[in-house]
Amino acid sequence: MAPTTVAAPAESAFAHGAGAQKVINIQPVTRIEGHARIAITLNEAGGVADAQLNIMSLRGFEKFIEGKPAEEVPKIVNRICGICPWMHHTASNKAVDGCFNAVVPPAGRKLRELMQVMAQINDKILHFFFLAAPDFVLGAGADYKVRNVLGIVAAAPELATQVVKMRQAGQMMIEKFAGKVIHPIVVVPGGFAKPMREDERQEMLAGTKEQLEFAKFCIEFAKQNIFYKLDRATLGLGEIKTGFLGTVSPDDGSLTLFDGILRLMKPDGSHQEFTYAQYADFLGEHVEDWSYCKFPYAKTWGEGFDMNLAHPKGIYRVNTLARLNVCDKIGTPLAQAELEEFRSRFGRPAQSTMLYHWARLIELVYACERVIELLEDPEITDPHVRNEVTPQAGRGVGCVEAPRGTLLHDYCTDDNGLISRANLIVGTTHNVAPMNMSIRAAAESVIAKGVVTEEALNKVEMAVRCYDP
Amino acid sequence: MAVKVASEWLNSCSGCEVAILNLGETLLAVLPQLEFVHIPVLMDHKYFGQTGEGDPHHIDIPQAVVGIISGGVRNQEHVEVAEAMRKSCDVIIALGTCATHGGIPALINQWPNADLFERYYRGSESTDAHADPTGKVLPACLDRSYALDEKIKVDIYLPGCPPHPDWIGEAIVALLEGRAPQLPTKSVCDTCPTIREGKGKLKHLHRFTKNAHYDPAKPVSEMHCLFEQGLQCMGSVTRAGCAGKNGQAPQCITARVPCQGCYGPVRQNGNQLLDYLNALASNQIDFTSLTDKTTLLEFSGGHGLLRAKAGRQ
Repeated sequence: MAPTTVAAPAESAFAHGAGAQKVINIQPVTRIEGHARIAITLNEAGGVADAQLNIMSLRGFEKFIEGKPAEEVPKIVNRICGICPWMHHTASNKAVDGCFNAVVPPAGRKLRELMQVMAQINDKILHFFFLAAPDFVLGAGADYKVRNVLGIVAAAPELATQVVKMRQAGQMMIEKFAGKVIHPIVVVPGGFAKPMREDERQEMLAGTKEQLEFAKFCIEFAKQNIFYKLDRATLGLGEIKTGFLGTVSPDDGSLTLFDGILRLMKPDGSHQEFTYAQYADFLGEHVEDWSYCKFPYAKTWGEGFDMNLAHPKGIYRVNTLARLNVCDKIGTPLAQAELEEFRSRFGRPAQSTMLYHWARLIELVYACERVIELLEDPEITDPHVRNEVTPQAGRGVGCVEAPRGTLLHDYCTDDNGLISRANLIVGTTHNVAPMNMSIRAAAESVIAKGVVTEEALNKVEMAVRCYDP
Repeated sequence: MAVKVASEWLNSCSGCEVAILNLGETLLAVLPQLEFVHIPVLMDHKYFGQTGEGDPHHIDIPQAVVGIISGGVRNQEHVEVAEAMRKSCDVIIALGTCATHGGIPALINQWPNADLFERYYRGSESTDAHADPTGKVLPACLDRSYALDEKIKVDIYLPGCPPHPDWIGEAIVALLEGRAPQLPTKSVCDTCPTIREGKGKLKHLHRFTKNAHYDPAKPVSEMHCLFEQGLQCMGSVTRAGCAGKNGQAPQCITARVPCQGCYGPVRQNGNQLLDYLNALASNQIDFTSLTDKTTLLEFSGGHGLLRAKAGRQ
């Protein structure tokens, strides 16, 4: 058979000739939502010389939406991610609103946030139980054939059935109202395509109250069975020291997933704030030869870009842990109580990579509470949900907090309201440099003297799974 | 004995896999009859042995009766994974419109790769300009994005972006029962309950800059057809299915939004652009009122239908 390019790391310059080194491939990285390979290079002593996360593909959304009528783009870019299409759909609509100088009526804005936060609930259940939990519930070293959600179904059928039912109910609740739950179409420039009826509000409220009860069960279950029992080695797996980026309310610095101001925190806890439109003044993107995906960094710190574990430069993280680190508080009571416990144990900013999972479940509680708040607001059933928009030349930067991090869509339109230029920074992309560092850190902690076990390699992947890429 | 299933995703978004999970309790019910041997989104089976110790020239996909593949084919790795799946699986299901018709990612076929790389690595306002990543560790991009059957033989086509879980369930159950799955063959319009009054009065299409005219208190079945309201609804040239087996209306229509065309053409080998222009012409609707004709191939630009425009590098 002809040599394959997919196996290239083992055949690269590292593997042959003077100074030859062995490369361990973890391919594909599994129980994540994307496509990647981990390549760990060993030195002569069998220790870790280097570790890379190779992002293997490039689809080119920024290029191929050029020329599209801007009002159609929120229905195209949702295909960037089938797990978080609502995030792209809402961020894109905000960007088009900016291009068209649109004003969204209050009910339209509230319905947008409702959908965006509801989608986070299902996403967090999916990630924790289907993708991450098998490593903790069944063990990092369990046979790969059972170390998965099917193994959880077999080992804990009642729990698994409840998880599947709750996630399914959440998905169907969105679908019933919004038509489509995967790759939504109901958010439109200028607002929302349909108002919410009172009977729909009542039904959704009842469903979300059940979800909140389930969320409370989830975080208690996870604390008692997983988080409180984490040993020092697991808690330190893939730990690195970085800054953090997330969105907070401009009024009181509280956590917000839908709309606010960006806060960029240094590792020492000091921070700067900036609006969406200012993002390119504060953030840059670095390119490496070995990944199609770019590496965002904090340009504003003026120190450049370096993934050195001891002396990183410009590295910040996004996603759940980042949001809980940058926010001053959470505006809903149960999630705030959880945040207080979390901070009393780990301080601020907390750096342990494994804590992403804990932070994710705190956000699950917040998301349920926030959805109930929105549904209890009488204005949400106001029939005026959209203002007419006028295609025109302009620029708009739309942003939301996706489950996987700060999501930026930056568009320009021409006189006909067609996209003339688009620039995106997607949640997981911010975490590409940190993931590389966490892989390196994890690999160094579990590989020595050339001994490479399946369990050790799964622990390296566990460091990646924290970021839910 | 359980039926062995292998699943892969190529140039994809994972929406098809979420649609599989959205089978919910139906999936739990059929799970005892299925044995997943390879499914990267859920299971840690690796291509080259569990510690990467295997033959680096041979992608190991365990033998399976059913192989489910989502996503189109965009780079050399996708080609190799698709070929390995074909070798290991008796029946290949192309899951989702990217696999069946190219899907949204085939929109890139209007530009050569050089234009994409130039924009992405050197023309972006937030990026430190850099040469294209050409490291040996990266699989080379193909010249364009392909539908799955342009690279390997496909046995069952399950379009949709994503396919409705009902049809995924039907395909799985049919295979368990040893029969051909019963999949939709009509158009979205054939499954749409909105009121049609005749297209005679409509001369121009307009952009979706304001909401359709309807009474939100009344069901979709009492709403005037969105195409007849002058919106670019793709229902007449798009395969039905999004409403599922028992749905009341197509999904976009439920949201009071025109059909986007996401199931691809009504017939597997159809052409949504030509069919739509024909429909406009036969109803004396001004085709120049379409803002962007390539939008008609938004989901079905594979199979060479969308090509790089003249003047691009």
